[in-house]
Amino acid sequence: MKDGTVRYIDGNPNHPVNKGVLCGKGSAGIMTLNSPARLTNPLRRVGPRGSGEFEEVSWEEAIETAKKWLQNIRSTDPRKLAFFTGRDQSQGLTSWWAQQFGTPNYAAHGGFCSVNMAAAGLYTIGSAFWEFGEPDWELTRFFMMFGVAEDHDSNPIKMGLGHLKTHGGKFVSVNPVRTGYSAIADEWIGITPGTDGLFVFALIHELLRAGKVDANYLSRYTNASWLVYDEPGTVDHGLFVRDPDGNPQCWDRETGELTNPLLNGSKPALKGNYMTPDNRTTKPAFVLLAERYLDAQYSPDAVAERTGVPAVTIKRLAVEIAEVAFEQEIEIDVPWVDWVGRHHSKMIGRPVSMHAMRGISAHSNGFHTCRAIHVLQILLGSIDVPGGMRYKAPYPKGLDSLPKPTGKREDVRPNTPLPGPHLGFVRSPEDLLVDAEGNPQRIDKAFSWDAPMSAHGLMHMVTTNAWQGDPFKIDTLFYYMANMAWNSAMNTTDTINMFTDKDDEGEYKIPHIIYSDAFYSEMVPYADLILPDTTYLERYDCISLLDRPICDADGAADSIRHPVVQPDRNVRPFQDVLIDLGARLGLEGLVNEDGTAKYPNGYKEYMVLHERKPGIGPLAGWRGADGSKIGCGEPNLDQLNKYIDNQCFWRHELDPDQRYFKNVNANYLNFAKNMGFVASSKPIILQVYAEELQTFRLAADGHGSIKVPEKNRDRIKNYFDPLPIWYPPFEDIIEGVDEYPMHAITQRPMAMYHSWGSQNAWLRQIHGENRLYISRERAGSLGLSDDEWAWVSSRNGRIKVQVRLMDGVNPNTVWTWNAIGKRSGAWNLKEGGREAKSSFLMNHLIDELLPEQPCGYRFTNSDPVTGQAAWYDLRVRVERADQTGPKETFPQFPPLAPKTKVSERVDISRFGESFRAGQGND
Amino acid sequence: MTSLPEEQSKTRLGLVIDLDICVGCHACAVNCKEWNSSGYHAPMTDKDPYGHDPLGVWFNRIHTFEETSEAGQRTVHFPKSCLHCEDAPCVTVCPTGASYKRSEDGIVLVDESKCIGCKLCSWACPYGAREFDDDAGVMKKCTLCVDRIYNENLDSETRLPACVSTCPASARHFGDFADPNSNVSKLVKERGGYDLMPEMKCSPTNKYLPPRPRRDEQAAVGSSPRRLEEAKPEGGFLGWIDDLLSE
Repeated sequence: MKDGTVRYIDGNPNHPVNKGVLCGKGSAGIMTLNSPARLTNPLRRVGPRGSGEFEEVSWEEAIETAKKWLQNIRSTDPRKLAFFTGRDQSQGLTSWWAQQFGTPNYAAHGGFCSVNMAAAGLYTIGSAFWEFGEPDWELTRFFMMFGVAEDHDSNPIKMGLGHLKTHGGKFVSVNPVRTGYSAIADEWIGITPGTDGLFVFALIHELLRAGKVDANYLSRYTNASWLVYDEPGTVDHGLFVRDPDGNPQCWDRETGELTNPLLNGSKPALKGNYMTPDNRTTKPAFVLLAERYLDAQYSPDAVAERTGVPAVTIKRLAVEIAEVAFEQEIEIDVPWVDWVGRHHSKMIGRPVSMHAMRGISAHSNGFHTCRAIHVLQILLGSIDVPGGMRYKAPYPKGLDSLPKPTGKREDVRPNTPLPGPHLGFVRSPEDLLVDAEGNPQRIDKAFSWDAPMSAHGLMHMVTTNAWQGDPFKIDTLFYYMANMAWNSAMNTTDTINMFTDKDDEGEYKIPHIIYSDAFYSEMVPYADLILPDTTYLERYDCISLLDRPICDADGAADSIRHPVVQPDRNVRPFQDVLIDLGARLGLEGLVNEDGTAKYPNGYKEYMVLHERKPGIGPLAGWRGADGSKIGCGEPNLDQLNKYIDNQCFWRHELDPDQRYFKNVNANYLNFAKNMGFVASSKPIILQVYAEELQTFRLAADGHGSIKVPEKNRDRIKNYFDPLPIWYPPFEDIIEGVDEYPMHAITQRPMAMYHSWGSQNAWLRQIHGENRLYISRERAGSLGLSDDEWAWVSSRNGRIKVQVRLMDGVNPNTVWTWNAIGKRSGAWNLKEGGREAKSSFLMNHLIDELLPEQPCGYRFTNSDPVTGQAAWYDLRVRVERADQTGPKETFPQFPPLAPKTKVSERVDISRFGESFRAGQGND
Repeated sequence: MTSLPEEQSKTRLGLVIDLDICVGCHACAVNCKEWNSSGYHAPMTDKDPYGHDPLGVWFNRIHTFEETSEAGQRTVHFPKSCLHCEDAPCVTVCPTGASYKRSEDGIVLVDESKCIGCKLCSWACPYGAREFDDDAGVMKKCTLCVDRIYNENLDSETRLPACVSTCPASARHFGDFADPNSNVSKLVKERGGYDLMPEMKCSPTNKYLPPRPRRDEQAAVGSSPRRLEEAKPEGGFLGWIDDLLSE
């Protein structure tokens, strides 16, 4: 700081995540703080939507306007509010607020981000890549990264890759594009998009064929030995055999009897087939798994053409993986005790680890592909072992520690909170949020038959469904920090029109739109009421264990932000506004018994005093009246000062014997229970076979009382396989796909954060425009050379772009940087700038819906299991354009330049000039 | 024209940049700009920052390109800033003495008060490492964070160039090349650190570490294809598994 102004943002060497380094975005934070796009005052629309005609109103008037709309909804039909937030580091508050309001329509952006990774991970290993897991960077010797991953966990991955390569480990990148991390990989596998599952199955095929699996690990820590009924047509076919107490059963190799595999002394069999005492045919889950992946259709030779990966490469990689896993075993001399009290003298590790993010996630087969990657890690015995993929607190969690979704018809009542959290994990069809006919109960149709395991909701469907009034009409659409009229929407052109479309009476089909953002994004002109937020340097925040914390594999941690500068304009932190609005609405938990506001000082007060369960609040450090407790303890009024004194974070380091095998480690599980991470200290057994999926298939086969709607039946039968499957991404099998021979994907540049980077004077000099990257070979056959114009068409429309030729891209794939394209004038950039005229969004080509079914219904263009938006399924045709046409990308839209006051835009930035006199660091 | 120091300095400070692990994230470039915005050459002026053709002063820029060689194809992320040459043509060409090389540590600096903005130095530099601020009318350049590395207001471990301090992948190293036992001298020796464009005879102080050899299919060409051997066939389907079970 210098004279009240931010002069330099530095990394904190003690911080558990960044350890003193900063990414480009972090170093450019000053330019975000000084962005010309910053909103300056609450706004109320006076012109038509999209016109950008607003009047400035006071905060009192703005909040009272919102209150009036919302109070009416709450007292009549809470379903008429849809509240969805792009930013989820405040999800702890926003989800709880929506729950107190009583609407079933709430989620953050996970549905169009990476719910496939979250859901597949949680249902398989009780955790997930990235937020809840990380490679053992210190000890791993073979690291395989799947898909686009530059955009998440970026500094730890850069640090990890640097360490891994410097210490001689091998890094394999499986990615259609060789940029970023892939550029430094020891081996780049330029796979065809959407075929990673087949590639993984071929590796599994090779390992099984050679008997290169960790049988003891499978037998002890996974459900591979659990017996499954193998009697097609029966009501429990494909379910686990259980004893009267519900315990799973295995075949004991010594006693020759059924027994509980989780008991000390059991000797579970992993092969064979067995009759139960009541004469039912069963097999261990491992046999079903082996039968499937040993099939010739998954041999390297069989998948080579489809994946674009030569069979010889797949076979060699299987050799390398097996050698590292089984010949470079790691032993750490730390004794530990498992859940049944067995003492282990050492921690044995297999130093193979994997990581995957959106490149796997954003396909309609992403849930199963992600599960396949976890199953591969499990077969190698490399989950949470030295050198493997490690858990990060508060995970692992078993399903018994995770909520089920709330929002059935009877749960939604006027002036009443929802009885539980919106988002959760279904175990069986009984948990779906559907009515007796199977109709969805949420505006995004989450947890319906269309997407039963949609643990993060389907934010990408909200605008479309609200506009269509399907499954019901809403009154108010409330978005927070999500550019839904631009880069966060699929099918952007049509989505914009949905915001402005009117019914026969001349009223907007979406009656009210409230939007909160700090900046003049493309979404702002389409809202009726704007609640301007601050930047991140001007507010309190908490990066909470209730949300997405900052833990690492060796410790539990959380952190806060506190304002380093006061806003110079009439804006308020959204969290404060939400708490104020909630109190005015009289929401339970936000008012005292006498009706007064419970947190009159806003979010900073809530962060300290709010308790989700007795003793558990947003921050885990320095709890208890005297600050002596961690995790669980009464609120401490001095808590924020303790955080600030400790550089704004809290971290508890795990004892050495708690650091591995966390899912079955008695000392860790007891710790996790005491911290409130898990409901009990029961072991979290790895689920190679996911029985939950089979319960849906049985319903589709007509078993049980819950009927699957006709239109959903085949999807459920096909895609709810309890073992990972591969199927072509949906766009690959749509009629007429031959007209669109290429795959098209996007990735986020490391120096940009979604659309926010372009308002930043420094970052937009790094990525100010985007091109469509195409292989030299393909460009040659299309007659295209660098910077020439091309038309790119999909079944949803066409765009005009400039191309750039490259070698390091799968020959059947084109790609571009995401969210560089801007609408002219938005973000208070000068009209007609390069983000508008020579840049583009791929989004226009991506339909949010699949083509009509024979019955006329259109499913969401998403994973059929989780509802994850299938952005990367896109298929396109590229053609050389008439080079004499307009030198600008298509489509172009009317400029959105702000008509109300936003922050000042300078023509020349001499930032820092005033600091120069006083050299040195203050 | 300006003279170089007559004798090689006893300390030669500079950078080693590891092309094996640079992922091209631009963290170094942006942190450099941020630090120097209030440093020796402040401001790092940005012209038309929100307009059609923003043009700012950057001391460190990252170039990304593809390369094809016998070892196959690769994508290279190549950070480039002033290399603080021993035989720095940007110094000898300077008519005013503004561009100079320090005798004590070898850092090449521009004294803005003497700079007349003639740009001869930027023409002379074969690396394109100089940055003209045409708002201020003076030449600016990487100072190796001279206002940081000797700054006693900072913790000793922070007294590194900003680009080195912030690099997440640890692809950048700072040290004294005159000391054969320094971290940078050892890295150059162990990893075959090389001069950029040696044919220009500038004797750059900064060195680049080449990417390590790849371990991919291309590298495996010539050796016989490898495949895991079949598990023993006896004992029926999965007959091998019991042998692996020890409990």
